[in-house]
Amino acid sequence: MHEPLRPGAPARHDGGRPFAHTSFGRRKVRQEAAARAVFLAMTLLMVAPLVAIVSHLVIEAWPALSLEFLLDIPRERMTTGGIWPAFVGTIYLVVISLAVAAPIGVLAAVYLNEYAKDSWFNRVISLAVINLAGVPSIVHALFGLGAFVYAARFGFSVAAASLTLAIMTLPVIIASTREALSAVPMSFREACWNVGATRWQTIRGVVLPNSTSGILTGIILQVSRAAGETAPIMFTGAVLYKAVERGTLLPYYLDDQCMALSMHLYVLTTQVPNVAPAIPYATAVVLLGSVLLVNGSAIGLRIWLRNRKRW
Amino acid sequence: MTPPGTTRSGARPGRPFVSLAAERAMEAAIRLSGISAIVFVLAIFFFIFREAAPVLFSDEFKPLEFLFSVQWYPTSVVDIRYGTLALTAGTVGVTLVAMLLAVPFGLGAAIFVSEFCGRRLRETLKIVIEILAAIPSVVWGFVALTVISRLMVSYTSAPVGVNMLNGGIVLALMSVPIIVSIGEDALKAVPDSYREAALAMGATRWQLVVRVLLPAARNGLLAAVLLGVGRAVGETMAVLMATGHAVQIPHGLLDSVRTLTANIAAELGEAPAGSAHYRVLFLTGIQLFILTFVVNLAADLAIRGVRRK
Amino acid sequence: MTAAAAPRAKIEVEDLRLSYGHREAIHGISFEVMANEILGVIGPAQSGKTSLLRCLNRTIDFVAGAHVSGTIRVDGEDVRAMRDVFELRRRVGMVAPLPVGLPMSIYDNVAFAPRCAGLRAKGDLDAIVERCLRQAALWDEVKDRLGSLGTKLSGGQQQRLTIARALSHQPDILCLDEFSIAIDPVTTMRIEDVLKELKRDVTIILVTNLTQQARRLADRTMFLMAGDLVEIGRNEVVFSDRPARQQTYDYINGLFG
Repeated sequence: MHEPLRPGAPARHDGGRPFAHTSFGRRKVRQEAAARAVFLAMTLLMVAPLVAIVSHLVIEAWPALSLEFLLDIPRERMTTGGIWPAFVGTIYLVVISLAVAAPIGVLAAVYLNEYAKDSWFNRVISLAVINLAGVPSIVHALFGLGAFVYAARFGFSVAAASLTLAIMTLPVIIASTREALSAVPMSFREACWNVGATRWQTIRGVVLPNSTSGILTGIILQVSRAAGETAPIMFTGAVLYKAVERGTLLPYYLDDQCMALSMHLYVLTTQVPNVAPAIPYATAVVLLGSVLLVNGSAIGLRIWLRNRKRW
Repeated sequence: MTPPGTTRSGARPGRPFVSLAAERAMEAAIRLSGISAIVFVLAIFFFIFREAAPVLFSDEFKPLEFLFSVQWYPTSVVDIRYGTLALTAGTVGVTLVAMLLAVPFGLGAAIFVSEFCGRRLRETLKIVIEILAAIPSVVWGFVALTVISRLMVSYTSAPVGVNMLNGGIVLALMSVPIIVSIGEDALKAVPDSYREAALAMGATRWQLVVRVLLPAARNGLLAAVLLGVGRAVGETMAVLMATGHAVQIPHGLLDSVRTLTANIAAELGEAPAGSAHYRVLFLTGIQLFILTFVVNLAADLAIRGVRRK
Repeated sequence: MTAAAAPRAKIEVEDLRLSYGHREAIHGISFEVMANEILGVIGPAQSGKTSLLRCLNRTIDFVAGAHVSGTIRVDGEDVRAMRDVFELRRRVGMVAPLPVGLPMSIYDNVAFAPRCAGLRAKGDLDAIVERCLRQAALWDEVKDRLGSLGTKLSGGQQQRLTIARALSHQPDILCLDEFSIAIDPVTTMRIEDVLKELKRDVTIILVTNLTQQARRLADRTMFLMAGDLVEIGRNEVVFSDRPARQQTYDYINGLFG
């Protein structure tokens, strides 16, 4: 720490570190620098593999990456060609599953946080959500198989796979929506009730408009999760190969089986011989890129919302 | 009753009957969603249990053999056996390797980000961590099968690149983001007064971290590690592609293993619906449920311990 | 003596009891509030003053575990038997201790209650917003920025905004719960002037921890302590040297907190 100069006193040459010339002081400075270096090294060791892996993926994928790759269908027993059916299949699955899970999840969170706050419902759901957040994705696959493919008789289909993804994302959507709703201070609600507003008027007028960004962020993060998962769709509707016309926008019906990016990557890596080497890499890059794009927009939304704080 | 408000000019606005009805409808829809969501969430437990139940409650089921035998021969023609010990050992082994790598580096990174880092660098690192966390597990599996496998064969004596070590490395990379972000939260929760007091007494930052912060934040750091463990235990696709397929208790890092999760993924496609094999796979699903529940509960209790302080 | 009947009290409270779970917060109190008077309510903390107000406009319904018995009548009508509780809350304006500006524009803050009640016409809403902001002595300060956020106002302005909001649904009864706790003395004085004006049209219940405020503003004052009604009477009596109860004198003169 710097001491104030006394009038007439000579300027300090020790950079404000009065003990730096003692051996004890020197040792402490060295220790400090060493500590910083150690922890920095540990961090870099974590960061470096990521950078290395992503660069390696992009480099290996480069020969195959193009718009054509995206729009074309797999050819020659999937050893060349593109990934269109898988790409559009993932979009199908994600859109349908979120169309089911998001409204139910948001309304359920509204119910739990605004109507049933002190009930046993709330505690049961909290416990269940904690559990389900950590459940292995293969268990979701088991559920989807048992419930949607067999019990509900949807068979292996887009419908079954989407519903499986919906149930997978539902608990987290409920949790993140509840968090966004709780961030709105109770005093706002009380002020609304005091002037005769009903619960729903209060929710619609004050609570929801001021938690929209948080709710949307939570939903967007689940979009990327749903797009990346393989196991839940592998046993409920995603298949190795499905014949589709190049570039068609709506190639699947609800009772069709479909291809999906994540499944396609798995299949290309483990079950298709003689693939042109760049193609699995390019598939991985497209999948990773889409996921990161979606996550990036969620982060952007979160930053934007931080700047728009209204209280 | 005296009509209220008539002492002042302007009549009171009335409430149209239609809007009142629309509101009741909205509140009913909300209640319905709430209850149906609870139903769906509980349905998961119910269904898995339902599919496994016939085997679980049958006379031939021997729980001790199920849990502690290494003989897993579900498709044998002569002698079907369902012992999951090797699978459990696979899960435990891979998770252990992963944690041995992830915990030191993850906690070290958490300490760096929380205590030694400037604001700019911190924002960048947090973005890097979010990217790491967002990578889908099948992409990690792909990396394991191509990149790590090749490195493994080149630099070690392993005959094949897929083994427990490969799985451990991949799982470590996948668990690190959770350990770092929750660990950082735990360190941030330590009051600044602790830091000021230690620095005022002349401690170096190293001493501050080791002697003051780590003990103070130990509940939160424990939770971070437990959640990392939960992530590793529950991972399916990456370990499916990274660990090889042998159902055996591993004796060395370079042995091929199979985890509980990968086992279900590998065999579910071939087990006929409703067969004993199928139901036993659901039973292992329940095992996984219980395992991850215990780990998550422990993490939750650790975090609760932090809040009580 | 004329044959005219005694004027009906605006609010009649009979044997009101309130408990939160097992803890009884109000032990059977009874009193009346006359129309167009200001009733001061004084007493130490945890006396049940805020709880009493919550029973009056039935926001006590939102508190889990709260149990109310006894009767509260407004204009002869039992509030707990009212079907449309929202109508009740529009008849009773409430101002909380901490200023609350809703996170919307100032205009929307004041227009919120009328909109909830079904009023949509812009002309009507404009008139209500201006009238209420004038009544709350806030109009001149905000008339050029009605679109700016209510939460960005100062504490004193937000409290006046709350009063404007409370007036926007034309209540007959206005309850103020320690309104001056979080605002500066100048704004407090301005609001006290507002209350003296409002008394012509509205019955006011003024809960306050500042006994001198009750002395200044109220016609009658009620002294609550630990859920019991110790004394209620005209200010000339309550604040004199010989109120009906010794406790009242001791409290007002600061012999206990």
